[in-house]
Amino acid sequence: MTADDPAAPAGPPATDGGPPAIELRGITKRFPGVVANSDVNLVVRRGEVHALVGENGAGKSTLMKTLYGMHQPDEGEIIVGGEVTRFRTPTAAIAAGIGMVHQHFMLAENLTVLENVVLGSEPRRGVLLDVGGAERRLREVSQRYGLKLRPHRRIEELSVAERQRVEIAKVLFRGARVLILDEPTAVLVPQEVDELFGNLAELRREGLSVIFISHKLDEVLRVADVITVIRRGTTVATVTPAGTTPRQLAELMVGSELPVPETRESTVTDDVELRLDGVSLAPPDAPALLRDIDVTIHRGEVAGFAGVEGNGQSELVETIVGLRRPTSGTVHLGGADITAWPVMKRREAGIAYVPEDRQRQGLLLAAPLWENRVLGHQTSKLLSTWGWIRRRVARADTVRIMAAYDVRAPGAETMAGALSGGNQQKLVVGREMEGAPRVLVAAHPTRGVDVGAQAAIWDRIRQARHDGLATVLVSADLEELIGLSDTLYVLLRGEIIARLDPAEVTPEVLGSYMTGAASEQEAS
Amino acid sequence: MNERMRRFALSVLSAVVALAAALVILAIVLTVLGVDPFEAVAALFNFGETPRAQSNQIRAWINRSIPLFLAGLAVSVGFRMNLFNIGVEGQYRVAALFAAWAGAAVTLPKPIHISYIIVVAMLSGAAYAAIPAVLKVTRGVNEVITTIMLNSIAIALTAWLVRGPAVRADLPDNTNPSTEPLPESARLPGFTWIFDMFGLEPPSRPVNGFLWVAIAIGVVVAVVLRSSRFGFSLRASGLNLTAAAASGIPARRMVVQAMLLSGALAGLIGLPQILGEVYVFGDTFTAGLGFAGIAVALLGRNSPAGIAVAAILFAFLDRAGPSLQREGIPPSVVVITQGVIVLTVVIVNEVGTRMVKRSEERRAGGTQAAPPPSGTTPPASPPAAEVTA
Repeated sequence: MTADDPAAPAGPPATDGGPPAIELRGITKRFPGVVANSDVNLVVRRGEVHALVGENGAGKSTLMKTLYGMHQPDEGEIIVGGEVTRFRTPTAAIAAGIGMVHQHFMLAENLTVLENVVLGSEPRRGVLLDVGGAERRLREVSQRYGLKLRPHRRIEELSVAERQRVEIAKVLFRGARVLILDEPTAVLVPQEVDELFGNLAELRREGLSVIFISHKLDEVLRVADVITVIRRGTTVATVTPAGTTPRQLAELMVGSELPVPETRESTVTDDVELRLDGVSLAPPDAPALLRDIDVTIHRGEVAGFAGVEGNGQSELVETIVGLRRPTSGTVHLGGADITAWPVMKRREAGIAYVPEDRQRQGLLLAAPLWENRVLGHQTSKLLSTWGWIRRRVARADTVRIMAAYDVRAPGAETMAGALSGGNQQKLVVGREMEGAPRVLVAAHPTRGVDVGAQAAIWDRIRQARHDGLATVLVSADLEELIGLSDTLYVLLRGEIIARLDPAEVTPEVLGSYMTGAASEQEAS
Repeated sequence: MNERMRRFALSVLSAVVALAAALVILAIVLTVLGVDPFEAVAALFNFGETPRAQSNQIRAWINRSIPLFLAGLAVSVGFRMNLFNIGVEGQYRVAALFAAWAGAAVTLPKPIHISYIIVVAMLSGAAYAAIPAVLKVTRGVNEVITTIMLNSIAIALTAWLVRGPAVRADLPDNTNPSTEPLPESARLPGFTWIFDMFGLEPPSRPVNGFLWVAIAIGVVVAVVLRSSRFGFSLRASGLNLTAAAASGIPARRMVVQAMLLSGALAGLIGLPQILGEVYVFGDTFTAGLGFAGIAVALLGRNSPAGIAVAAILFAFLDRAGPSLQREGIPPSVVVITQGVIVLTVVIVNEVGTRMVKRSEERRAGGTQAAPPPSGTTPPASPPAAEVTA
C-alpha cells in the first residue's frame, strides 16, 4: 500500500518567517504501565491552522494536556516563540499565550457571557470589577474575530455553537496566541461547522495559531493548513491538505500494516447464541442512539463492532448487557427472549461483561480484590449459598484468578484502587471469563494494558471462542478488531452501515467506513 | 490476613490520635471559655459520692448507650449506600407513637406481646422512611431535603395524634397528653445482676432490658452487612453505583431497601424507653436521638462495632451533664466535647485513609516493578505486531 513516510516535510503555510509559535520536540509521556506519548514532534507556525488527527486513544489529548501544562512530559521539550519553556500549571500555559477550548464546555449557565468570559481573570479598577472596561474589551474581541457575542445574554439562553464561541472568546480575552480546540465540531451541526471555520479563518488572518484536534477527515482537509497524524502515541507524518487524499490520511491514521495473517480455522458454528432483531434505542426527545440493529452471533464467533467513538457502540453494549432497554426490537440469548430481563438475570444466564471504563463500571476501587471478584457474580453458586457470600471461597478463588491472569498485587485483600490500570483490567477480564460464560460482551478489552497483557487477553478470548463462546467485541484498536473478529460490523450514527469480512478488509478500508468516507455499495 | 491486620491497626491508631487531638482542642476551647479543663475532665469522670449514686450513674450510662447505638446503626445503614437519612429523628418518633399505641390496644403473652411491639415499631419506622425512598427513586428528590422536612411533619403529626386519636382515655388533669400505658404483659423487665457481678451496690432502678435486644440487633446487622448478598450489594452500591448497576445490582431497589432498613432500625430507638421505662408515648418523649445518631455513625465509621464504641462514649459524656452543672461548669461542655471528637475523628480518619491508600499503592507498585512477564504470559500470536511505521 502507500508508503507511510514519517519524514514527510510540512508544507510551509503562508505565514511570516519568524520562529514557530509552538514547537514540541521529542515529547514522551509515560503513565504506569503505558506509554501515552513517545517521541512526539510538532511544529505549529504563526497564523496556521494545524490539525492533529488520530484514532481514539492515539494520544492526542495526552499531548495537548502536556502542552497546556496539565501534566509534565517525561522527556522532550516545549518551545514557545523560540524559547524552551516548562509549564507547571495551565495558568503558566495561559500566561505564555496558549489557550484551550475543551470539548465539554466549562461555563456557568446562569451567568452572562461577559461574566463567564472574565471569570477568573477579572479586570479590576482598584478593588472594583471594571465592568465597563471588560465589556469594551469583549466587544472588541468579538468584533475582531467575528464571534458575534452579546455580552449581557445569559449562557443558558445560548445555542451550543454560541457557547463554543464564548469559550473561544474566553481564551482570546486572556491574550492567547495559540488556541487548542479539542474536537470542536463534535457538538455542531454542519452550518455551525461552516461558521466555526469562518471564525478560524479570522483568527488565522490575525496571525493566531490554531491547533485543531479531530478525527473527521473531511473537515480537517477543508480547514487545516497543515495536518499532523498521530498514531499509537507518536507522530507518524505531517502533510498538507493539497498533498494528500482522505484515503491516504485514513491510512496514516490507522496504520497501513495488515495484521499478522492468521492461519486459524474458523470456529464459528451454526448454533445461534445471541440475536438482535431490529433493536432501536430512540429516546423521545433526542436523535436515535441505535437504529434497527440486526445481528446474529453464533457459538464460537467473535463479532467485532467498529466505529468512531460515540456512534452507538456503548449503547449497543449496554443494551445487550441489560443496562438499557431497547425502545423497539428484541434480544435473544439462545432460544430465550431476554429483552425484558434485568442485568442480573442476564449475567446468571451466561452473559459476561468487560465494560469500557473499568474504574467506573467494573470495579469497586475502595474494596479489596476479592470483593471485586464477587462483583457481578454475587449470585453464582461458587461464591454464594442461600443469600450469603462465601468469603473464604471468594478469597481463594481471587488468588487463583490473580495467578492465572497474572494480576500483580500483594494479595486478595489489596484494594483494587491500588492496582495499575493493566492489572485492574486483567482482574476484570479474569473475573468475567470465569464460570464459562456463553456470551462475552467486551468493550475495549485491552485498552490501557501493556503489550504482554494484551496478548494474554487476546489468547484467552481465542481460547474461549474455540470452546464455543460467542463474543461481542467493541474496540477502537482496528488491528485488534480485524485480528480477533470472525465478522465485522461498522456502526455509524447508531446504524450498521457495513458488514465486512475481516480476512479481506484492511484497517484503512475499515477506517474509511468508520468515518463515513466509504459508501455502502463498496461493502463486500 | 496481613493486610487486614494492618488496616485494623491503622484504624485503632487513628482513633487514638483523634481522641488525643480532641482532648487538646477541648482544653483550649475550655480555657477560652474560662473553664479549668482539668476540673471539667475531673467532673466528667465524677460518678458521685455514694456507691448507690455511682451505680445509678453507671445505669444511666448504659441506658443512654442503647438508643444512641440503635440510632447510629440506623443512620449508618443509609451512609453505607451514600444515603443521608437525616430523618431518623422523625422515623423513631412516629414509630414510638405507633408502637405505644398499638401495644396498649392488646394483651398477649409477654414474649409475643413484646415481639409484636418491636415489629410494629420497625414497620412504622420503615413505612415513614419509605416516603423519601419512593420520592427519590421515582422523582429524583434528594433524600436529605425530604427527610429533614419529614422530621418537622413527624413532630407535628405525633403531637396531634397524641392529643387526638391516640390519647389515653383516662388522662389525669394537669398532665401532658400521652398514649394509653402499656399493659403489664408488654413491659420489658430490667436487670441489676450485672452490678452484683462486680460487687457494686444495685442502682435504684434496673438497667433497661432492651440492651439485649439492641446487642442482638447489632450482631445481626453486622453479620448481614458483612457477609450476606444483600450487605454486599448495599456496600457495592455505596462504593460505586455505576459498577454495581453493571454487575446486576439494581440501584433503585437498593435505595429503597437501604432506606427501609434504616427506617426499621430507627423505629427501635424509642423502644427502650417505651418498653422499659415510661410505657407510654407522651408529649415529653426524648427528642434529638436521631440527630445524635448521625454523629455516632460518623464517629463509629459506619461499622457496628465502631458504632457501639461511639455510642458508649457519647452516653458517657451525656450522663455527665448533670454533674457538670453541679460543679458550676456549663453543661454545654458535653456537646462541645462530642462535636470536637466527631470532627477530629472524621479528619484523622480521612488523613489515615489516604495514608493507607498511598502505602497500598506503593506495595502494589512494588510488585508491579517486577521484571517483565516474558516467561509468565503465554507466547501469544497477537493479531498485530507493534507498529513499526
